Amino acid sequence: MYELTSVTKTYSQGKRTVTALKNVSVSIPDGQMVAIQGPTGGGKSTLLQMLGALDRPTDGTVELGTANLSKLGDGKLGKIRATEIGFVFQGFNLIPTLTAQENVETALAPLGISASERKSRAAEALAAVGLGERLTHLPAELSGGQQQRVAIARALVKEPTVLLADEPTGNLDEDTRDDIMELLEGLWRDRGLTLIVVTHDTAVAARAQRRLHIKQGVLKEVA
Amino acid sequence: MFITYLRRELAGRRKQTAIVAIGMALAIALVIIVNAVSAGVQNAQATVLESVYGVGTDITVSQEATAPTAGDEGTGGPQRFDFGADDGATTDGTTSVSQSRLEAERGTTTFDASALDTVTTVDNVSAAAATLSLSNTSFSGEVPDMAETDSTDSATGTVPAAGERPAGGPDGAGGSAFSVDSFTVLGLDPADEAVGPLSAVTLTEGRTLAAADAGTNVAVLDSSYATTASLAVGDTVTIADTDFEIVGLVTATTADAATASNVYIPLDVAQTLSGLTDQVSDIYVQADSSTAIDQVQTDIETALPDSTVNTQSDLASSVSGSLSSASDLVKNLGLWLSLIVLAAAFLIAILFTISGVTRRTREFGTLKAIGWSNGKIVRQVAGESLVQGLIGGAVGIVVGLAGILVINLVAPTLTAGAATSTEALGGPGGGGPGGFGEAATAAATSDILLSVPVTFSVILLAVGLSVLGGLIAGMIGGWRASSLRPAEALRSIA
Repeated sequence: MYELTSVTKTYSQGKRTVTALKNVSVSIPDGQMVAIQGPTGGGKSTLLQMLGALDRPTDGTVELGTANLSKLGDGKLGKIRATEIGFVFQGFNLIPTLTAQENVETALAPLGISASERKSRAAEALAAVGLGERLTHLPAELSGGQQQRVAIARALVKEPTVLLADEPTGNLDEDTRDDIMELLEGLWRDRGLTLIVVTHDTAVAARAQRRLHIKQGVLKEVA
Repeated sequence: MFITYLRRELAGRRKQTAIVAIGMALAIALVIIVNAVSAGVQNAQATVLESVYGVGTDITVSQEATAPTAGDEGTGGPQRFDFGADDGATTDGTTSVSQSRLEAERGTTTFDASALDTVTTVDNVSAAAATLSLSNTSFSGEVPDMAETDSTDSATGTVPAAGERPAGGPDGAGGSAFSVDSFTVLGLDPADEAVGPLSAVTLTEGRTLAAADAGTNVAVLDSSYATTASLAVGDTVTIADTDFEIVGLVTATTADAATASNVYIPLDVAQTLSGLTDQVSDIYVQADSSTAIDQVQTDIETALPDSTVNTQSDLASSVSGSLSSASDLVKNLGLWLSLIVLAAAFLIAILFTISGVTRRTREFGTLKAIGWSNGKIVRQVAGESLVQGLIGGAVGIVVGLAGILVINLVAPTLTAGAATSTEALGGPGGGGPGGFGEAATAAATSDILLSVPVTFSVILLAVGLSVLGGLIAGMIGGWRASSLRPAEALRSIA
């Protein structure tokens, strides 16, 4: 359960102060699938960073369950990211020198899991996204859709409660986009995740239970 | 994960790994070679010095020669050999005369032997030995009987008739012939072999001086001198008109070098014959440890304010020739070159690591986003740099050892000249021109093959430097990676 209360985020750009989020308050219950839409520079990514414990608000509070993310230190935020939150990025963000299986294993490295368990869990996660035969492939040897599947496996292998996806289909063609969204929806449904998807794509947003729109830092519900 | 990731990164970014490793390898190879050559040159210097000063001598004590005062003829003035009317033996109109004189070597100042007791009481002195550097000059010749050549008959007062030729002398016609022979003599305590000139020699025949030889007329000869003087064990050598039995021959440890003196005799005998009772010219001191040398030097200088106290490093400056040039080259050019290349290699490693971190901003941002701690990322970056450094170090050691092998195969010859103690420590002074002591100053000129040693410490230094280079680059790169905020790292690529 996310609880954002009067969240404001400002950045300094030289002498100018940019307000990315203006007094945002929103509750997201566990297990909900939410789409966040809005124009470029409207505050989507900043909101995702607040939700993903990657940054702290300038003002207001962000709570995930019992943890107040706006007050925790870097170390504790890192632990929450390592255990509770899975990320999927538009550009996949795989490590080019590691195989698919090793990329997935990177998500288990901070958890102190043994090498053999890491390997087996990574293999299972890749099998769950349909890449059981591609364990030893490097990212460059995989298609865009396959790379995003590896990224999804990496996000889910640690069994988080929240999955944050930033334009997960932004770099993919329509067919692949639908495959990926079906995969995400299936995982969300099967695992009871809270799935928050930031997207430009109305077709993607239309799949969500709830749609939020953010423009110039102001968040609104879409009916 | 650490090792897998490290291995994949180094293998996946071969070009960067190779450039950093090659830079490090070149620097480390150069450091190894310069260090080893430096050690080789130092060994060569030590060899030359040992042939003069003896093994284990850390410090020598002498006194600087002072200029003779007005009216003081001193010991350094022209040597005179005075023959009276009754000197020599006359046979067939020819008188043979011979005189031998034992004096302090030119430029040497003698001082009271009690200085040895003073030196031995200094803290951290493990052994000390006193010597007396002397020069023996013998003058011998044949002159015609004075009665034969006198232009006026002393008995009758008549002048010889015109055309009457003088008789006698070596040519039977009133001529004369003289020969002058000079060699160096070193008086030393026969009981003390631990320190001093004889500690560095190899006995080739007979025996060396022993404690029981004190007060006896026995001598040990430098084998080169013995060869030129056609002397052997069992023969006698005349020093100051006194016959000494030759009991042994010695040679310098290095085959090419001469020993410090031509003849070695017991100190007390040398003092008596030269009239320098209770006088010595040099004291050889061995310190307890190399770290105590400076303290021992200072204490001796305080206890004996008139003395000149030199350490081995001071003595090293007395080594001349191409060995000295090599030493200067290694110390100056070699040292600076290796430092510059090392600094360049470190800089290359640091710049490549930083540029690598910058290029991998998204990678590290992603790892932070999925929960990697700063420490884990720093370790990863530092580990990669460290391994690059170690690869460079390993290649550098191989290249360095190959370089040393090549130098040893080529084995360049260095010429070294080490002045005798009198020149090295005080410079010629006090002695006037003339005399016959010139031969004494030509000690220990040697051709030494430069042999470059491979020591464990050099390898250790190379490994240490490669680890240091890798760690410095890694820590700087790691610090840069850890200072990336995940949100900014991800935003920078959005």
